[in-house]
Amino acid sequence: MGAIQNKLDGPVSEEMALVRAAKAGDDSAFEELVRRYDRNVFRIAQHITQNREDAEDVVQEAFLKAYGNLAKFQEQSKFYTWLVRIAVNEALMKLRRRKPERTVSLDEDIKTEDDSLPREIADWSPNPEQQYTQAELREILSKTIQGLPPGFRTVFVLRDVEGLSTEETAAALELSVPAVKSRLLRARLQLRERLTRYFQRRENGDEKKAKNGDVKNDVASGDGDL
Amino acid sequence: MKCSEFLHELTSYLDGVLDEKTKVELENHLSWCHNCYVVCDTTKKTIEIYRDSQLYELPDDLRSRLRSAIMTKCQQQKKRGPQSV
Repeated sequence: MGAIQNKLDGPVSEEMALVRAAKAGDDSAFEELVRRYDRNVFRIAQHITQNREDAEDVVQEAFLKAYGNLAKFQEQSKFYTWLVRIAVNEALMKLRRRKPERTVSLDEDIKTEDDSLPREIADWSPNPEQQYTQAELREILSKTIQGLPPGFRTVFVLRDVEGLSTEETAAALELSVPAVKSRLLRARLQLRERLTRYFQRRENGDEKKAKNGDVKNDVASGDGDL
Repeated sequence: MKCSEFLHELTSYLDGVLDEKTKVELENHLSWCHNCYVVCDTTKKTIEIYRDSQLYELPDDLRSRLRSAIMTKCQQQKKRGPQSV
């Protein structure tokens, strides 16, 4: 089993040239930066807020803030990492506003060391995603990740979906590298555990039951244990 | 290597940043411990499914609307002059 490669390794110097042009007042250079990263910011924001309108707001607010603070960007990290930090903060603020009764913090940690220990160890079907339609699959994935605490799903999204390195994720979230690693492991294991319910290999051909059984019911209960 | 040690190294293994000696020990463990093999394999699939899922793609029309709203607001901000945002 090989390692999983990061997918986002853009040419840094080209990015920095755009940043410098934007700093010098070239709005088309800034627009190019928007074009380059708006999809990523939207995805990250929607993963954190779990709400599409909030994610749209976050995209606008994050880029506007980046624009207004461009002069303060020291160029010691990638622009993208800096932008992600702004976007994550904006998204967490949205989440706090929406769920004021719950504390939402990246610093929250889990109660015990054991909550990520694998319990479901069933093997998956060879192509589990093909058991479901695209829409069903998206619903399953979306609902499953909603169940993770925001601090966990944010680390998972930055590392595994957006392809930031551990160090970049730590910088973007202002966490230590060991904290990122520990959250990533727990997030991956918890997602794996939850997905096993949908994707496990079934010996007696009752895939149909699993398929229709519980996407909807689970959505109702998947309110995210923040 | 014990199962708990395997779990501790799983993330580094999947990220390909494990040193050679630990990697060999881990793969040796996987060769006989079916449960850990399944955990490793399904964790890797979990990552791949999310990465390939196209969850929360930004539709083109919304994307253009957002971009033009951003650029309009940026220009308004510029006219108002530098300020702390």
